[in-house]
Amino acid sequence: MAVQSYPGRWKRPPVLLTNPFWRRAIYTGALVYLVLALQSVEIDWQRVWLGLDRGWKFIEGFLVPDFTTRWRDIREGLVESLTMTLTSTVAGILVSVPIGIGAARNLAPAPIYLVCRSIITLSRSFQEVIIAILLVAMFGFGPFAGFLTLSFATIGFLSKLLAEDIEECDRSQIEAIRATGAGWWQVVNYAVQPQVMPRLVGLSLYRLDINFRESAVIGIVGAGGIGATLNTAIDRYEYDSAGAILIIIIAIVLVVEYSSSWIRRWVQ
Amino acid sequence: MLELDRLSKTYATGDTALSQVSFEVPAGQVVGLIGPSGAGKSTLIRCINRLVEPSGGKVILSGTNLVTLRGNALRRARRRIGMIFQEYALVERLTVMENVLSGRLGYVPAWRSFLRRYSPEDVAKAFSLLEQVGLSDHFNKRADALSGGQRQRVGIARALEQDPELLLVDEPTASLDPKTSRQIMRLIGSACRKRNLPAIINIHDVLLAQQFTDRIIGLKAGEVVFDGKPEALTDQVLTRIYGDEDWTRMRGEENAGEESQPPTVDLAEGL
Repeated sequence: MAVQSYPGRWKRPPVLLTNPFWRRAIYTGALVYLVLALQSVEIDWQRVWLGLDRGWKFIEGFLVPDFTTRWRDIREGLVESLTMTLTSTVAGILVSVPIGIGAARNLAPAPIYLVCRSIITLSRSFQEVIIAILLVAMFGFGPFAGFLTLSFATIGFLSKLLAEDIEECDRSQIEAIRATGAGWWQVVNYAVQPQVMPRLVGLSLYRLDINFRESAVIGIVGAGGIGATLNTAIDRYEYDSAGAILIIIIAIVLVVEYSSSWIRRWVQ
Repeated sequence: MLELDRLSKTYATGDTALSQVSFEVPAGQVVGLIGPSGAGKSTLIRCINRLVEPSGGKVILSGTNLVTLRGNALRRARRRIGMIFQEYALVERLTVMENVLSGRLGYVPAWRSFLRRYSPEDVAKAFSLLEQVGLSDHFNKRADALSGGQRQRVGIARALEQDPELLLVDEPTASLDPKTSRQIMRLIGSACRKRNLPAIINIHDVLLAQQFTDRIIGLKAGEVVFDGKPEALTDQVLTRIYGDEDWTRMRGEENAGEESQPPTVDLAEGL
């Protein structure tokens, strides 16, 4: 009986670029581009040296943070930021839940779907800072512009992810509830809500976290809060106060992070 | 009584799932619907309660044609038809009680179901059904904490909570072990007899179908190729439905398996 011999070597076939010529050409092209691009970057080493020097001063201030001298400003900025964060997150969630449901293809009729999707796209196409600049120009300096900015950004973020989660729902559970004769609201309440609730809670807490960090950023363009205080401190070369502010921001973000992961596990 | 009159379904992709299916199911009759995968069994029962829109024909339940209904009228028709699913299709994060009570959704207004304020009769009925399916102690458990057999019992209780006039059952035993499968089939059968309820059961397992149904309908490529008593399901008929296979062998294996089953099982099965 003849023994069949099988090959002992096997190589994984290329997945994306199956043509060997194009594969080599594209890889070589990318490499050449990278080298040329790196050469075009002009680096002023003297300026880098100067920057390192300033950076060191900043780190020095960070190591000896000064919480006391500007404490009143810091506290005011902090309270403003926290208020802005919380109110904008709550307002954002309240608006994004209906928009998220409307943007889920398996629940909403086509016209509503399109309207909700365009709201989401509009909200997501602008970075927070740009919206903040616009709203500060409209409503003046201060936390109101910040509140509006963060609420608007929250809508884009939360509605999109909620809509995606709804679309990924287990279809058989929805089908089973529909089969009982349930109306649209009842299907949402009984079949969809239990499935998306843990994710919605998790995303909302995550957004709270993001909104706090963003409130520090948009403060720099005039939307109030701890960012404005930080900006003032840096403008005055008060790196020790700036260091104190940064430490507080980091501490708060850490607290929010830990508590949210705990809450997320609890609602699972 | 349920009557299907030349029911047809062609999907948007051009696939014909059902062509001109007609039959009647009198009250109290349990019909087993068998056929190869893709024969249109699932489509057929979903056309009856309009989870799938039929493209032609009539579905007449106690005098009303369900195919033309819309909106609230469709809701009222659906609540008369209980459905039991293959993978149980319970809402996993809700409690067992909420799952059973969801059988009343077609009867109560949205605000009541939202607040979980069901009438005492509905709640009492749910408790009684849970007792009948042997899950009295589990009503506050979350559905995903139950085993497969227990989940299917909740599914049965949910369907019966609707006070249905018809039961549609889609592969009730496909994800269950043989013993649990038989218990579930027995439970469905006895529930139907007690209420004089007609049922259509999609089922892959021919022997289970023969044992627990009053009538078998064989579906192949969207057409009825057999309709008769379970005893009339000969090897020739099976070949007509499924294609060539050694059917005597299949029966032989099952019989051997049955004899080796200890008699004590039967006592527990009544649960």
